[in-house]
Amino acid sequence: MKKTLAISLILALFLALVSMPLAAQDRWDGADDLAVNPLACGMGDEMMDDSDEMMDDDDDEMMDDEEDMGMMEYDGGQPAMMDDMAGMDIVLVDVPKLVGIGYFAATTLGQQQAAEELGNVSVTTDAPTEANIDDQIQVIDAYITQGVDGILFAANDPVAIAPVLRKALESGIHVVGYDANSEPDAREWFVNQAEFNGIAKALVDSLADQMGAEASFGIVTSTFTTPNQARWIAEMWAYASECYPDLTWLETLEAQEDAVLSFQQAQTLINKYGEDIDGIFAMTSVATPNSADAVQQAGLCEDVAVVGLATPNGMKPYVNDGCVRDVILWNPVDLGYAAVYVTRAVVDGEFMPGDSSVMAGRLGELMVVNGSEVLLGPPFVFTADNINDFDF
Amino acid sequence: MTSPAIPQRAATPERLRTLLASQEGVLFIIMLVSVLFLATRTDKFLTVDNLLQQGRFMTEVGLIAIPMTCIIITGGIDLSVGSILGLTAIVLGWSWQELGFPLELAIVTGIASGTLAGFVNGLFIVRVGVPPLIMTLATLALFRGLAEGISKARSARGYPEWFFELGQGELLGIPTQLWLLIVVVVVFGIVLARTQLGRALYAIGNNETGARFSGLTVNRYLLLIYTFSGFMSGVAGYIFVSRVSTTRSDMGTGIELDVIAAVVLGGTSIFGGTGSVAGTMIGVVLIQLLKNGLALSGVTSDATIVVIGSVLIFAILVNNFIQTRRGGD
Repeated sequence: MKKTLAISLILALFLALVSMPLAAQDRWDGADDLAVNPLACGMGDEMMDDSDEMMDDDDDEMMDDEEDMGMMEYDGGQPAMMDDMAGMDIVLVDVPKLVGIGYFAATTLGQQQAAEELGNVSVTTDAPTEANIDDQIQVIDAYITQGVDGILFAANDPVAIAPVLRKALESGIHVVGYDANSEPDAREWFVNQAEFNGIAKALVDSLADQMGAEASFGIVTSTFTTPNQARWIAEMWAYASECYPDLTWLETLEAQEDAVLSFQQAQTLINKYGEDIDGIFAMTSVATPNSADAVQQAGLCEDVAVVGLATPNGMKPYVNDGCVRDVILWNPVDLGYAAVYVTRAVVDGEFMPGDSSVMAGRLGELMVVNGSEVLLGPPFVFTADNINDFDF
Repeated sequence: MTSPAIPQRAATPERLRTLLASQEGVLFIIMLVSVLFLATRTDKFLTVDNLLQQGRFMTEVGLIAIPMTCIIITGGIDLSVGSILGLTAIVLGWSWQELGFPLELAIVTGIASGTLAGFVNGLFIVRVGVPPLIMTLATLALFRGLAEGISKARSARGYPEWFFELGQGELLGIPTQLWLLIVVVVVFGIVLARTQLGRALYAIGNNETGARFSGLTVNRYLLLIYTFSGFMSGVAGYIFVSRVSTTRSDMGTGIELDVIAAVVLGGTSIFGGTGSVAGTMIGVVLIQLLKNGLALSGVTSDATIVVIGSVLIFAILVNNFIQTRRGGD
């Protein structure tokens, strides 16, 4: 009797596992199910069409219904009443997803450059050593208790981080996000490094250009839940279905943001599909160099194109010896730099809800999109011609 | 500890000395010293608001640490608690959003699936005889995989306001979930120290074969505590979702290490046979306060984990030293 019960319970567990694919959607694995907004097809002049991008949704649930409007209304939050700090020294804390990786070292560098230029801002970077939502919440909470003038963040989860950011706003602390957004009302502004559809287009165009419009490819991502990666994959799916219907998606594999695992997952794709795979999209700055490494070690540089998001330093070996042609990214140094300038402008009262642009030092004028986001600019394609000019 | 060597002397100073020299006593003193030290570093640390907020943050670890104490007392271990937490969270969000369950039922379903997961652990450990370390290491991966598979790695959000009451609300000025933790701690403090069940667990940890020959239904007790561990991980999962207002399949990753660290710091022997709920709770509180206090003193997160690691080793060394000397009296 008992055994029957136990066995049926275990069966139920496995049934749940087996029945899952039934609920699966058409989208590639790792894509989220939010609305997509693919850019117009075409090569070359990627991303120059700013007016099209105005209506892009960001990675939270707050969908705007008025897609026909060129400008969304400001939808950010505002801090509680506080002293006017215009022109005075301010102390900012920067809480990226985690510390100890090249990408956030680069945003930190940009923040320090901005702080140095401005002269009246000091920024400290502090974050968990692993990208863990709870640890990040606790770090931010401690800084609220400690008391700072502003918090810069890159969210590990847009919803989970929102309550603690709202608490910061209530305590009169300025909150500006960059890299990974929160719910809009939990922060004042978000510096958007590049819009999802722009990145997606650049990635897909590059692969189709290298391996043809009928290529087959796999994807190595961080995890299926990571908001940015899920959004890009959804937009890539949307853009490819529209512009390159003959591209074949094989499989998406998760590799956390782990070097060894990324290498193994790329190897899995190569071994599993052999001749049939023409390309690998690598969705993180860890997955891209390690996927390239896997392709290079397999001696398949000619047969499998790796297209991915990565920082140039990690990709120089592969780009310089011709194994990888394009590396797509924005400039994270500029991203961190812009976040500090935006915060300074907000504190000084020079950048208010409803404004359509903000001045950000050497970057010049940055446009406001999606209500309360500041767009850094079009994505950047690193190639053998320019990659050696960058050092981050 | 309720070690049989404690002399039955009634003199108050003597009893106080015994209490202070016990595992929990030594740990408590270390905690007081740390708190006082941290309080001198920053005036933001020792405030009611901040301490209550830390209580909120440590509730999940605290809840799971109770069954973990029971399990480690029997000489076992449960590494799958973090994955069960994640599985519970996902089943909760998924059954509510995808299957259209009423949220109340979804909560029950979530916790029930956590309990079932713990039951599966217990069943294999007891019936098939898989060592707990191996079994729960396997389910650490298996349950996490289930969570990712069921959720299709999408997060469930948009819960109604009342759902956040447990994780973000307050009752009589104290975080709601902290009340739950207090009740569970008191109940299981008594169960472990004063009831037949508690004694049976110590007996199993000291000598499992002996316990069997003494007529204890060892298998039933073991099945019970692993199932209980699944249940508490499930409850912790519910609280976690309520606190962070979203479900993700990576929730609770690594929490098993925090829990085990707190239990072992609290004086529970990893070889079984000794340990107490009081010690475990001091361990949980000490780690949380160190984390927070150091952060408030301006120590960055990466340096903080180094300090916490050092304090763990230091506390265990001091305790070993004192216990050895006391044993030699």
